[in-house]
Amino acid sequence: MHLPRPRGPLSAAVIADLAGEPSESLLDVQVPGTDVLTDGDFQLALWTLYELHYRGFDEVPDDREWDPELIALRGRLEAAFEAALRRPTYAFVQQGLASGDDVANQIVAVIDAVGGPPVASYLQRRATRDQVLDFMSQRSLYHLKESDPSSFVLARIGGRAKTALAELLHDEFGAGDPERLHADLFADALEGCGLDPSYGAYVDMTPATSLAVNNVMSLFGLHRRLRGAALGHLAAFETTSAVPCRRIAGGIERVGLAPVVADYFHEHVEADSVHEQVALRDICGSLVADEPSVREDVLFGAAACAYLDDVAGRELLDDWQHNARWRPDRAEAS
Amino acid sequence: MSDRWRAVSADGEEIVGIQTPDGPRVVRRAVRVEDRDGECHAVTRPVVALCVCDLSQRSPWCDSTHKSIPRKPRSG
Repeated sequence: MHLPRPRGPLSAAVIADLAGEPSESLLDVQVPGTDVLTDGDFQLALWTLYELHYRGFDEVPDDREWDPELIALRGRLEAAFEAALRRPTYAFVQQGLASGDDVANQIVAVIDAVGGPPVASYLQRRATRDQVLDFMSQRSLYHLKESDPSSFVLARIGGRAKTALAELLHDEFGAGDPERLHADLFADALEGCGLDPSYGAYVDMTPATSLAVNNVMSLFGLHRRLRGAALGHLAAFETTSAVPCRRIAGGIERVGLAPVVADYFHEHVEADSVHEQVALRDICGSLVADEPSVREDVLFGAAACAYLDDVAGRELLDDWQHNARWRPDRAEAS
Repeated sequence: MSDRWRAVSADGEEIVGIQTPDGPRVVRRAVRVEDRDGECHAVTRPVVALCVCDLSQRSPWCDSTHKSIPRKPRSG
């Protein structure tokens, strides 16, 4: 994958530094403190720094993953990002805590409290073919590395929660069959749409909030301190997946895309109906039983997942309302 | 709780699994699921969720259709 196109001074400084052409010391770079969830420059800078921990970039030496200046800047961005997530989700976490003692029920209460925009229903009933393609390209940033952020957490927990997380990840990673790797099933789906299936192909066209949806998983996955939030996020993600996937598959079939495209979503109707139970009870339930102090962070992770899904979904629906056709810049890049 | 499905281990023993509240029956280490008519469904996942509400369109596997109906005690 190549480095993305800068969107402002912050991402320009990061990308220039990674390209070996630093314009200024990253220690002097200004970091915005407000509205970071909708700030494309901020989210792209953070996404680029996180990507060093996954597959990296063709232009960047592998050992820059642990470059102290990059890590220092990442830490400053993460502090602003985490604060921007904690503020709007606090009330939802409190609602979850007030809903009884069972952590699975608390997570569901948090998700219900946040709500969500009807993206899947829109895709099912009304979306044009171009809008479905738009959705697929935006989702590709995550689904081509599906479950990779959660895999970082495996080494940080023990006991029943670890066994259950490994069980869930085993299924995500194909249950022993490379042909069933979920990330590769999504690549097949992209190809079936006539879209570029290569990793990170659509990053330049991914809006700020969708980058934030990706970044939150890396934030939680890369910090042992946030292991509870990582698993709460996973549980919320799985719990809000099966029903929307069934609707999305219906929309894909309605607009006449190849069966391989809907196959990915059909697989997730079944897989995520299982994963929901495993994540809520065996992973989060066991983790909180072993480490009661992480309960609130589990709910924070769930709230952050639902909240960002809501923000990104609203932006997508609003965009579709005003731009019914495939965006020219996207068409060029695909 | 529905007893439509009988999950069976590699040794041929029945695995009851765990009934989740308002949800499916979760079963581990099964190799196949048999229905009342003797039809067999191969298990390809390390853990599966069996429909107990009889509404799934992917029987015997849960497809989360139970979320679309009002919750009843101990049903899925």
